[in-house]
Amino acid sequence: MSTNTVNSPCNDCAFHNVAQLKKLGLDTDNTDYVVALAGNPNTGKSTVFNALTGLRQHTGNWPGKTVVRAEGGYVYGEKRYKIVDLPGTYSLLSTSEDEEVARNFILFGQPDVTVIVVDASRLERNLNLTLQVLEITNKSVLCLNLMDEATRHGIKVDERSLAKELGIPVVATSARTNVGINQLLATIQQVATGEIICQPRKIKQLSPAIDHAVVQLSKQLRVNYPDLNNTRWIAMRLLDGDQRIIQALENNEFGNS
Amino acid sequence: MSTQEKDKDVKKLMDMASDLRWKVGNNFHDQLVEGIYAEASQITKNSADLPDRKIEYTFDRKLDRILTSKKLGFPIMLLVLSVVLWLTIQGANYPSGALATLLLEIVYPFLKSISASLNIPWWIDGFVLDGVYMAVAWVIAVMLPPMAIFFPIFTLLEDFGYLPRVAFNLDSLFNKVGAHGKQALTMTMGWGCNAAGVIATRIIDSPRERLIAIITNNFSLCNGRWPTQILIATIFIGALVPPALSSLTATASVIAIALLGVFFMFMTSWLLSSTVLKGQVSTFALELPPYRPPRFWKTLYTSLIDRTLIVLWRAIVFAAPAGAVIWLISNIDIGSDSIANHLIDNFDGFGLFVGLNGVILLAYIVAIPANEIVIPTILMLTVAKLGMQSAGAGEGVMFELESVETGEILRAGGWTLLTGINLMLFSLLHNPCSTTIYTIYQETKSLKWTTVATILPIIMGFILTFLVAQFWRLLS
Repeated sequence: MSTNTVNSPCNDCAFHNVAQLKKLGLDTDNTDYVVALAGNPNTGKSTVFNALTGLRQHTGNWPGKTVVRAEGGYVYGEKRYKIVDLPGTYSLLSTSEDEEVARNFILFGQPDVTVIVVDASRLERNLNLTLQVLEITNKSVLCLNLMDEATRHGIKVDERSLAKELGIPVVATSARTNVGINQLLATIQQVATGEIICQPRKIKQLSPAIDHAVVQLSKQLRVNYPDLNNTRWIAMRLLDGDQRIIQALENNEFGNS
Repeated sequence: MSTQEKDKDVKKLMDMASDLRWKVGNNFHDQLVEGIYAEASQITKNSADLPDRKIEYTFDRKLDRILTSKKLGFPIMLLVLSVVLWLTIQGANYPSGALATLLLEIVYPFLKSISASLNIPWWIDGFVLDGVYMAVAWVIAVMLPPMAIFFPIFTLLEDFGYLPRVAFNLDSLFNKVGAHGKQALTMTMGWGCNAAGVIATRIIDSPRERLIAIITNNFSLCNGRWPTQILIATIFIGALVPPALSSLTATASVIAIALLGVFFMFMTSWLLSSTVLKGQVSTFALELPPYRPPRFWKTLYTSLIDRTLIVLWRAIVFAAPAGAVIWLISNIDIGSDSIANHLIDNFDGFGLFVGLNGVILLAYIVAIPANEIVIPTILMLTVAKLGMQSAGAGEGVMFELESVETGEILRAGGWTLLTGINLMLFSLLHNPCSTTIYTIYQETKSLKWTTVATILPIIMGFILTFLVAQFWRLLS
């Protein structure tokens, strides 16, 4: 049986591709792309995870639901994706175990795409984590979740301005009812394949003294590790005296000479 | 680049970092966080349209004002706990009985008759069916129904958003004893299963406070121990009041034991934090999430699959070998008596001294894998010891009876109201089950703290039962 190779117009349509979405559950072998799912607690991260993988990971709204990372898989646009649900955290700056799991995966696991799930009705608070993730990785998608709840509370978020501010694609979703998941899948693919190049916003509002220190240290880091693209963030961690990062530098865990 | 050069480079980098750190001052972290907040605020202003603050979340606010109020917060928590316990106790009765009938009165004789017709040697038949099968059947019959009720209710409360409010209410208390406010969450998890509670302590940032939460989680009366509490409370305490009130009294005394556990949790946390685990209480931001209507059926399904069956499976895995051990010690004789009876005689002196008895102590030793099989083990050992052939099901065979008959056997074994009360106390204050001990080791990676978490409750249990026994004997 030969496969139909005729290029049908359907191939470009998001809905066609969604019909192609195959939820793989726990099957994460031979994946083409690794997607990390980060976000604050209570943003419906696990619901997004379940919507993508077809798994039924328990969702609940208290901090620490996902203390270990959960993995699942799906096929989209003929590529296999492994998706890793990271523990929900408010920041990546402290040393609690859940934050370290999340931080280490984004930093050392080097996922192809990091999806940051935020609660649209609590945008400002959620952006704190978002900004930190953007310092670490260049390839991310903002999943503006719980849009239904935000609308109910009379909150309007303009996705396009937000995308412009952050320099990464923004997708509005209501994962509980599967709204926006198509768009999310398509966007993840575009970022993974490099079709969309992100230019993530870096934290600008630092005091001059700190900014100077960060710039100096990251310059030195770039000399030592020319392939490293998150030197700014590592510089910040060094200035904060983060033992894990110091250890990683000493053990050469960043993988290049 | 050679390793040496590399090391030199890293050294140079570190020197530079510490140099800059010195220049920036020690409030780098705060300044960085401030910068991030300012940035987030600016982005939000540029891209979102927030409504008038007044109309926002009015329902949530009103509910929060009630659930976290100074006056009503604690009574409501107590009420919720009582209702959950009562539903579990009452609701589990019937399915427990049905499962016991199925597994013990239908399947067990059936298996026995098959093995008899196949001429299987008595010791294989005894070891497999009377030992392993009975232990597993017991765990399923006693443990599954309360768990299948408790976990979904717990999950519904969790989904609704009540648990963070509990943490909020208890925060100041935890603060006073030098522990982390999030310990309230791990404590409530512990009421379901201590092993799950211990894993949940990962949400606590500071290692010191996390250790306190791990060590004290065992004071949350877990699911496996409720059936023991309920049965003993019904037999010994429920019998003190008119029959109409007995179920209510039994429930109340189980709640009292659970609250006593909370008291010991606070006391031990305080003891630890003011002696070996001294340190600052860390501050944290606890977000009170919006109340969300839980999706009933989905929750029911997931909590059954994710929690109940997983915990049950683990209990079965641990109970099977315990059943084998119980059968073996009852059937291998040294001299004229079984190993079990020798052990009971040896333990009796100390057991009676603290208001328990040798049977109870032996039962707690062989039942380390699963608290659920304590009662059947006690019954089996008592009958074997008394030589009550008519009552029991044979040596090394666990069995279940109606609570009246159970009471008769126990009283024949020399049990008094004191033994009953002390067993309830000891069931609260003894070593964690082996699953929990293993989990504690996994989480702490420290033999020392695992030992502390294991031994500390037993010592407290013996001290408490001893004091109660002394007091009792003084009065009577």
